[in-house]
Amino acid sequence: MATDSATGREMAADTATPATATTPLRRVPGWALALVPLTVIVAALVALLTVGGNTLDARTGPAVEDLAVEQTVLRPGRIELTVRGVGPDPVNVQQVFVNDAYVDFTESADAVDRLETQTLVLDYPWQEGSPLLITMLTSSGATFEHEVEVAVATPEADSGFYGLMALLGTYVGIIPVTLGMLFLPLLRRAREQWTRILMAGTVGLLGFLAVDGFLEGTEVAAGSAGVFGGVELLFVGAALAYLSLVALGRWLRDRRERAAKAGSGPFQLAVLVAVGIGLHNFGEGLAIGSAYAIGELALGTFLVVGFALHNTTEGLAIVAPLAHRAPPALWRLALLGLVAGAPAILGAVVGASAYNPEVAVFLIGVGVGAIVQVIVQLVPAMRDQTGRALYPASVAGILTGVAILYATGLLVGG
Amino acid sequence: MRAISRRRLLGGAAVAGVTVPVLPYALPGAHPNPPAAAGVSPGQTGGHSSGRGSQHGGGHEGPTFQAGAVVDHAANGFHPTDILRDFDYGTVTRLPGGRVLREYELFAQDKEIEVAPGVRYPAWTYNGRVPGPTLRATEGDLMRVRFVNGSEHPHTIHFHGFHTAEMDGVPGIGAGTIPAGGETTYEFEAEPFGLHLYHCHVGPLAEHIARGLYGAYICDPKPGRPEADEMVMVMNGFNTNFDAASNQTYAINTIAFHHMNEPIEVARGELLRIYLVNTLEYDPINSFHVHANFFDYYPTGTRLEPRDLTDTVVLGQGERGILELRFKHRGDFMFHAHKTEFAELGWMGMFRVV
Repeated sequence: MATDSATGREMAADTATPATATTPLRRVPGWALALVPLTVIVAALVALLTVGGNTLDARTGPAVEDLAVEQTVLRPGRIELTVRGVGPDPVNVQQVFVNDAYVDFTESADAVDRLETQTLVLDYPWQEGSPLLITMLTSSGATFEHEVEVAVATPEADSGFYGLMALLGTYVGIIPVTLGMLFLPLLRRAREQWTRILMAGTVGLLGFLAVDGFLEGTEVAAGSAGVFGGVELLFVGAALAYLSLVALGRWLRDRRERAAKAGSGPFQLAVLVAVGIGLHNFGEGLAIGSAYAIGELALGTFLVVGFALHNTTEGLAIVAPLAHRAPPALWRLALLGLVAGAPAILGAVVGASAYNPEVAVFLIGVGVGAIVQVIVQLVPAMRDQTGRALYPASVAGILTGVAILYATGLLVGG
Repeated sequence: MRAISRRRLLGGAAVAGVTVPVLPYALPGAHPNPPAAAGVSPGQTGGHSSGRGSQHGGGHEGPTFQAGAVVDHAANGFHPTDILRDFDYGTVTRLPGGRVLREYELFAQDKEIEVAPGVRYPAWTYNGRVPGPTLRATEGDLMRVRFVNGSEHPHTIHFHGFHTAEMDGVPGIGAGTIPAGGETTYEFEAEPFGLHLYHCHVGPLAEHIARGLYGAYICDPKPGRPEADEMVMVMNGFNTNFDAASNQTYAINTIAFHHMNEPIEVARGELLRIYLVNTLEYDPINSFHVHANFFDYYPTGTRLEPRDLTDTVVLGQGERGILELRFKHRGDFMFHAHKTEFAELGWMGMFRVV
């Protein structure tokens, strides 16, 4: 199909050429055609920059200040805020009060222009477990509030902390995914019809993860500054991941076809599933790590067991495409487990260090896009002999996949 | 993160690449934020209070503005320490028959003032200061107050006390609302004796008052009160973000924390009389508390006998009273709103007993 459409495009280009050949412009070299509009654009911008602006009145009304808090670090007796100017005008924080009490503070800059950041270090004896409402008062009297729902000392980023996050990521990522892959021998014995239903179940499962990731992304986006885009970043990330994986898949297939090397197809499908799930688990790690960092998450047996059950199904999804092929080498299976599980470790570390919500939104978007792409890849494997993707058994499989993730998701409190 | 009553423009990140370099040129006046006023020294490294000279507070030691930052009183055109003991007795003449006539000049003026270090507030003032002048007379005097409205907005002066309906300073009666550039003269007899206030009565009323159009009006009893060190404290605040919900700074005589940096000097054993007026808007109550002391309290000052001997009083909006006290010991003694949020948002100060 890819080759067909490529040829189609070439044909369209061919038919277009004779039409332009009749115009006098064809004697002008191509670079000149590019240079002329570029020169005009630059000249127009320079003109606007130097004289054009003066033809407009100053904006009516007061300065439009907007400020976003990107990072909050709590140290004993100190609150460190990283703020970014996100409005068109500079913002000059003059005074700060915390829970209705003015505080002394130092600042790394006098004012922040649009997109600039500065750090405010507040001298305030905050109490563990209490909420904090920080109000920044600017030179114009405007106020910007930042709420810390529960004050907990920000973990020091030392080796012990990273070790804990790595362990956590291993528990909720690598171990359950690998455990799920242990079903491979059973799958290999199942009849082809059952494999198709299993694929349908995987599609349902991934569909659930895609929706879950999308909702998670919009939630994080709502809390971000918005200057670099909020929900847009989710879509940008998703589109980037989807299109990149499509391109990667086609490139792999082209190579394979040239090498005339059949048989690796299912494994590549498994890799794609593992990559998609890995990106999803990165987002899951982010959520766990950031919740832990702000003290909202109690690490315990229940959480670990919940995630293990939840993510075991992901391991099953990875090996499903391998059910009726030659058994892959053990190291390849281990690799799949790592690809799908290890990002949870990275996510936990990034999430627990005070992270940037906009980066998180983008990465969650990447996860969503990857999963959608995997779903598209899996649909052909669901098809029965008549070529239908949706028939009673496959629908039941999809719904079962959704139900399993919904139920196990309840265990970890969403 | 919530910005109150601010508009959002140019939200898209996509345009940032082009608009950022162009904006400063394309929009002259796009930087209306005035440079930090003289006397403000932000960026001073502070931390805890040690080694900061007269600077108070910080961390566990209590609330404070940014270390080293103070308001430029000269630029404001008034000084809270001066307002404390500044009484305007008017131009005094005698009418035929011997009655005292006091003539005052008040004008409304729009003026940007610095209400906290580096924080500008577009105030509406009487005579360029907040609170307005403390008008003072003796009961039975004839008061003649010429009011010129130099503001861009319509205003009035409404006095508490007895007067005719025409002199009430409310819209639609007598001279009614005085337009920008207009003027009128309010005339009434000073009665009853006590501590009163005056303020603008144009709508929206809360905003016209909160912007700074108020002042104290003292009517002394004919026999007078005992000799004392007298001072006026107008408890006020500023709703700098105009959300009409509460205030961002609280103070006596406008400048938050001012008397933490400049304690009020008083003499040990001397009778101290405080004329305390609550003109705070948006917050229903305010209060006053003094450390290591008790005061005789005369609500509204309309009786010569104190109602109470206490160290804390609570006042509603427009409520006022006279406090009389003596300090037994030398040293620094705090006074502040015992509505402690207000105290920590600026309404606190020190007496220095010498």
